[in-house]
Amino acid sequence: MSFSTILSASVDGLQAGLIRVEADVSNGLPVFHMVGYLSSEVREAGERVRTAIRNSGFEYPPKRTVVNLSPATVRKHGASFDLPVAAAVLAALGQIPPGSAENCLVIGELGLNGSVRKVPGILPMVMEAAGHGIRRCILPAENVREGRLVKGVEVIGVSSLGEAAALLRGEAADPLRKDGGDEECMGEAHGEDGLPDFAELQGQENVRRAAEIAVAGGHNLLLIGPPGSGKSMTARCMAGIMPPLDEEESLEITRIYSVLGLVDPESPLIRHRPFREVHHTSTRAALIGGGAVPHPGEISLAHGGILFLDELAEFNRSVLEVLRQPLENREIRISRTYGTYRFPADFMLVAAMNPCPCGNYPDLSKCTCTPAQIQMYLGRISRPFLDRIDLCVEAPRIGFGDLEGTVRQEGSSEIRKRIVRVREIQKERYKKDPIRNNAALRTEDLRRYCILGNREKKLMEQAFSLMELTARGYHRILRTARTIADLDGEGRIRENHLREALSLRMIDGKYWRR
Amino acid sequence: MEYEYWFARIQGVPAQKKICLRECMKSAEAIYYIEETRLRSFEFLNEQECSRIIQAGKDREYKADYGRMTERGIRFIPYFSGEYPERLKEIQDPPYALYVKGRLPGSGTKKAAVIGARRCTPYGEKYAVDFARALASRGVEIISGMARGIDGMGHRGALMAGGRTYAVLGCGVDVCYPREHIGLYSDILEQGGGIISELMPGAAPLPRNFPARNRIISGLSDVVLVMEAGRKSGSLITVDMALEQGRDVYALPGPVNSTLSDGCNRLIRQGAGILLSPEELLEEWGLSDAGTPAESKLGGKKEKTLESEEKLVYSCLGLYPKSADQIVSETRLCVRKVLDLLISLELQGYVEEISKNHYVISRC
Repeated sequence: MSFSTILSASVDGLQAGLIRVEADVSNGLPVFHMVGYLSSEVREAGERVRTAIRNSGFEYPPKRTVVNLSPATVRKHGASFDLPVAAAVLAALGQIPPGSAENCLVIGELGLNGSVRKVPGILPMVMEAAGHGIRRCILPAENVREGRLVKGVEVIGVSSLGEAAALLRGEAADPLRKDGGDEECMGEAHGEDGLPDFAELQGQENVRRAAEIAVAGGHNLLLIGPPGSGKSMTARCMAGIMPPLDEEESLEITRIYSVLGLVDPESPLIRHRPFREVHHTSTRAALIGGGAVPHPGEISLAHGGILFLDELAEFNRSVLEVLRQPLENREIRISRTYGTYRFPADFMLVAAMNPCPCGNYPDLSKCTCTPAQIQMYLGRISRPFLDRIDLCVEAPRIGFGDLEGTVRQEGSSEIRKRIVRVREIQKERYKKDPIRNNAALRTEDLRRYCILGNREKKLMEQAFSLMELTARGYHRILRTARTIADLDGEGRIRENHLREALSLRMIDGKYWRR
Repeated sequence: MEYEYWFARIQGVPAQKKICLRECMKSAEAIYYIEETRLRSFEFLNEQECSRIIQAGKDREYKADYGRMTERGIRFIPYFSGEYPERLKEIQDPPYALYVKGRLPGSGTKKAAVIGARRCTPYGEKYAVDFARALASRGVEIISGMARGIDGMGHRGALMAGGRTYAVLGCGVDVCYPREHIGLYSDILEQGGGIISELMPGAAPLPRNFPARNRIISGLSDVVLVMEAGRKSGSLITVDMALEQGRDVYALPGPVNSTLSDGCNRLIRQGAGILLSPEELLEEWGLSDAGTPAESKLGGKKEKTLESEEKLVYSCLGLYPKSADQIVSETRLCVRKVLDLLISLELQGYVEEISKNHYVISRC
């Protein structure tokens, strides 16, 4: 038989699709022909496959070989087709029994010496295969652990073309199958990932509290303070008090990292909520994703975790503006002429900035900026962007007393316990609604879940006129107050909750136009 | 008048020489039709200045420009007109002409310049408002430069008392600089005050215009009150000019550790008058009224209805901003309590948040 078919898969955006690799060997001029809407890296597979087959000790007669990747209307990228193409050619040559690779997914890049190398995007591809009822996957050995995250599929790792062929011939009885420890346990392994602990943060009572509220309700947070006041440190500490991931979320995040080839081959499952710090020179494409074939950007890598923008005022304005839509919709859609790509982007935004270019305002004895400079600096961030941040707190300069402080500060694990509890309260309250947390409450939901008593209403009325709140600002305060009340374990929002929410309100037009 | 306007708008001839030439020739019309030989016979004019005047003779636009200007409500007041302020003639280098929107300061009233730095603290702002308001309520006219910071606050104070206030600009009178003071600009005109400049309408706010504008501020005033000025503040230029012109200078004392009051404190050491209350000034001028309403007195709001903890927090605050953290360490209350008290004080109108989590006591 001179014709054969092998199943493989490719990733487009975050979505995997099954690809059928067909090979036909016939008499004629000895050429290697590949068709099927291929990008150049896939086309180059021909050279790698021919050389690898020869270098793996197989016979490769001078015949005409045609390889087709189907469906022919889907653009194919990446080097993961090397191994399936080689397998298809070997099967067509009769070196592998035909039909041996039925119901089996084959993925892998080949070296010229026949070695099989790892490829990105394993998790979505294997998931897709499982969804189609495929029972067996042959993957590069380095990717095996990642493949085994998917339940109900037999995942076999190979490190060379020879091994793969032997496997398909049924000779080697899964040599690499028993490498042990494949069951990934969902452990509570926080604090081991090099992130600082809140116990190390001295002083800064105000900031600690704001961070706790922010994480408890999933609110976005802006930290304002002079240089060296521990803004970045606070943000990193916040990653350590995020609630644990459940298995589903874990897989979803791992999927994104897998597509970009960012998973650790030893322990591929991402068990900590991501913390992504983005430099202010980042481009729009780096932040939201992009490219000719769109790749997920930083906001998708921060999915389920924290996106930290340090020196917010230094960011290019147009870069910040593109964040507005994902902050609202919790996902980003990137459109190309041949289709729209949807990447999840449900992150918590933590931003830090100085109050003025020199960082010392409002301490005028130290600040050297002119009022116009301060205004310009603050004006770099647009109002609509700030409208999407619920909480704002000042990080004061750390004094000597704080550095030498002997008071034991509360550690992250204790704070985290409270946060887990508050998240439970929210889950329970919103189980009938598509609301994830307090920060996601929309205007119409506020009327149901943030009911104010008479005294509370009077307080807000006073605040509304005196502090020149906007409608948006008012809603932000209600959401924040809801979280503060939850932290206190109270069902009703009380006056002191509202007052605390007011003290954490976003700096408004008053300072913007001083 | 058109000829005066034509003469006034010649660039590159100092105002003093213009005044001399105008005195010699008796009218601006005569200068317009002057023969070149006659012009060159004036020894105080140099070659360049002569040729500038002759060049200007070819100017055919001035009549139309003058008409357009008056249509827009800008008055042109040359040195030799009866409206030109007498006090301004006394100074060493009076401008040849003034462009005015609204009114000029009256001749019979007391006039005080309220000046200070653009970069100012809530302390300087508060007292600029308080002094200007108290003085204006007794009929004193407030003159300043409509700049950011103290200047603007001086005008605001006078407007609050319903008084007249005059802004001397470093740009054309039809240019509002800084732009955010457009509200102030129209309020000044609405309340019967005036916008004054020696520069042609439309002139841009160039940095070199401002020191020259300062001499007009002090020239128009009887006294100069410096509310807050650092050691290198531009307000000190005004003070130097005021002293040259023989105006009295008063300065508001500030804390010795405040760099933004350093200039003021030094002025006091050098012999400037010390500003302790507007009543003292009014008394000196015989304007004080026995039944002065209590509201013009300086000082904060009464703390009558505050609870003890609120009082504790309130007493920590002053006119220099303090962060919530500082208050925590001073009162030894917990953060949540302090923030709670601060918001409740803010809602009662006792304190203001001037920057994120930085508070001062309320200024009005």
